[in-house]
Amino acid sequence: MSLVARHLEANGIPTVTFGTARDIVELCGVARYVFVDFPLGNPCGRPFDTTMQHSIIELGLGLLETATGPRLTVQAPVVWSDDERWKELIFSDEQPFLEGEAYDNWMEAKQSYRDNKDDSRHDGRPR
Amino acid sequence: MTHVRYIDKTREYYLGQGYTKPYEWAHHDDVPFAALNKPLAECTVALVSTSDIAVDSDDDEGLDTGHQPLVGNVYSFPSDTPLDRLFSRQEHYDKYATTLDDTNSYFPISRLHELVDRGRLGSVAARSHGVYTAYSHRKTSEVDAPEVLRRCRQDGVDVAILTPV
Repeated sequence: MSLVARHLEANGIPTVTFGTARDIVELCGVARYVFVDFPLGNPCGRPFDTTMQHSIIELGLGLLETATGPRLTVQAPVVWSDDERWKELIFSDEQPFLEGEAYDNWMEAKQSYRDNKDDSRHDGRPR
Repeated sequence: MTHVRYIDKTREYYLGQGYTKPYEWAHHDDVPFAALNKPLAECTVALVSTSDIAVDSDDDEGLDTGHQPLVGNVYSFPSDTPLDRLFSRQEHYDKYATTLDDTNSYFPISRLHELVDRGRLGSVAARSHGVYTAYSHRKTSEVDAPEVLRRCRQDGVDVAILTPV
């Protein structure tokens, strides 16, 4: 996603990215980033909390209005839970990230991508 | 506790599963920047997401999301699609800690429409866009990103909001 943001910026369209994986977004490098320290899946606020979602989006709109250069990160002042066990457990043996059907789907998607890539080499056209 | 180090965590996790070649995350030293040159209240705003957002539809009329593959190219759908028809097929989220039951928690289309109603934003672009996490930085950079730009320009977009999941 960050790569798309970068391309839009390079072509004159200002962007703001909302995301939960700070290290990944900042390594790629984007112009404006609202970091939401929530579990993967809810980069725009707690589910069904309209007030929080608006406050987070407003942070991003503020960045659009005030940023004078790239790599601007603001952390939303929100806390997922008092207990931060979710941070320790993600990608652990105790809580496998992808299991069963989800794992199979991911493997199928990867293979599908490889197949398309091979096809596009044969006929020289991108798919 | 500080933020989760996903890069380190996933490297260790997949090494433990027998994958010896760690994923190489996109890394850039330079970052392009475009300044906002008019008030947000006059801006057309597009929403772009890698959340595998899909449209639940009885008929595919006007939508190119009817038969989405697992991987593919940029796809778009009307930004005024009723919320109850939008959902995510994404499986790469923390299913132990949360859910994707509220579309607006990762694809805040209702919030954007509300901001237009309040006069904070000018308008929501006619189309919203989905991008697959295509496993290839090159495909995303050279195929998908230019296509998103093309569609944004067609729709007169001034500002883009991006939401990975």
